[in-house]
Amino acid sequence: MNPMAENRNETVIEIRNLEKSFGENHVLAGFNLVVNKGENVVVLGRSGTGKSVLIKCIVRLLDPHAGTIHVLGTNMLDLKQEELDNMRAKIGFLFQSSALYDSMTVQENLEFPLRRHLKRNVKYDIAKMVDDALLSVGLKGTQKMSPAELSGGMRKRIGIARTLILNPEVMLYDEPTTGLDPVTGREINHLMLEVQEKFRTSSIIISHDMNCVRMTANRVVVLIEGKNYAEGTYDDLKKSQDKNIKQFFD
Amino acid sequence: MTLGEGISKPIKTFFIEAGELSQFAIRFFREGFRPPYEFQELLRQSYEIGYRSIPLVSFTAFIMGLVITIQSHPALEVFGAESWLPSIVSVSLVREITPVITALICAGKIGSSIGAEIGSMKVTEQIDAMEVSGTNPFKYLVATRVLSTTIMLPLLVIFGDMIALYGGFLGVNIRGVTTFDLYTTQVFNKLTFGDVLPSIIKSIFFGFVIGLVGSFKGYTTSNGTEGVGRSANAAVVISSFIVFIVDLLAAQISDILHLL
Repeated sequence: MNPMAENRNETVIEIRNLEKSFGENHVLAGFNLVVNKGENVVVLGRSGTGKSVLIKCIVRLLDPHAGTIHVLGTNMLDLKQEELDNMRAKIGFLFQSSALYDSMTVQENLEFPLRRHLKRNVKYDIAKMVDDALLSVGLKGTQKMSPAELSGGMRKRIGIARTLILNPEVMLYDEPTTGLDPVTGREINHLMLEVQEKFRTSSIIISHDMNCVRMTANRVVVLIEGKNYAEGTYDDLKKSQDKNIKQFFD
Repeated sequence: MTLGEGISKPIKTFFIEAGELSQFAIRFFREGFRPPYEFQELLRQSYEIGYRSIPLVSFTAFIMGLVITIQSHPALEVFGAESWLPSIVSVSLVREITPVITALICAGKIGSSIGAEIGSMKVTEQIDAMEVSGTNPFKYLVATRVLSTTIMLPLLVIFGDMIALYGGFLGVNIRGVTTFDLYTTQVFNKLTFGDVLPSIIKSIFFGFVIGLVGSFKGYTTSNGTEGVGRSANAAVVISSFIVFIVDLLAAQISDILHLL
């Protein structure tokens, strides 16, 4: 069963009139987006159109110039640092480059966010939590490996495991299949669907890989010139005769 | 580009960079001493920066002590003042040569390593990943490294002083015979608190500068892997330059305070 069907109207992320500029370059110019619980929304756009900027604004790696961002009912732009850190624990972020810490082993990479967010007076079985997270991405037994020993696909999986270890309610994927061969890319797409189903996450997936869009999207938002240009299911958009949309499918 | 623009642009860049470095230093004092403290990372960095620099500092200090003693010998021989050799060499080693050379060696080894490590973390989004995992990357990466270099450099200088003085002992014995007891008596009869203290105080500032500049260049890296190389290089050049300025200021202040 499609997980989004159960909670179709429960809004998890709501973005209104988001604006972000870099000098004279207006990357986001009044962007709007609503993501419902259990839904995978793909933001589709050409390189340099502000897709990554959008999700970096959601976790406040970048501060927008105007607009509002609500995640799980909390206005992200009003949070103090400590509140922001607590909110960030509920949001998993997979970076384009996976961003694994080179100086740490896989085990230490997964433990790093855990140690920041676990309550001090509760005893946790950290080793088991790491094992479980690695099992959920199909990479059990890699604890002692360093990021340099991992393939591109494995790095992405470990990156996903590192975010899953905190049981996030929201996942943000920044071009998850970029730089991977088609087979590994497909595996990552399946993994994202498994994460959606198993962890009941709501996700924004940034991509221009049409296989990824086709496999993972419950809904697609096309971002052109910093605004929502079109929105719909993959099949809806595929049928469109608009040349700006057709260019992604041709 | 006119000649005026050609001259004014580097000057403008210099002042902008100096301003940014000052802001970075202020941020270190504002954030570095507020909880939560990153003790584990501070210890790890102190081990990396301090303990792992011992072989290089030892070797350099030993050669310095030996060479300066050998080269000072003929000049003192002319005046029949060879017996002054341990005293004169020890004062110049402890006051000036060991702190400055150790700082320059560390600017090359530690400054470039900090610049390259933080720089590569910046361009591969590892710093962003740290931030979204709820860790303050400035405290975790910058504060720990700046504190480690500030603590470890004076210790390395004290260790380097001892090795350099031993090198001096071997240098004295190349052209004559002096017992170790006599040598140490001559050295410590001449060395005073006013020689050692300013040297340690300025080493603390050297360490701070090396850590701060390395971290600053790494943290502000841009333009991908090419930028990482530039940051590592700039960390060495700028911190070495500031080490000399601090040394000059320290000499003037010591003189004014009559510590010399």
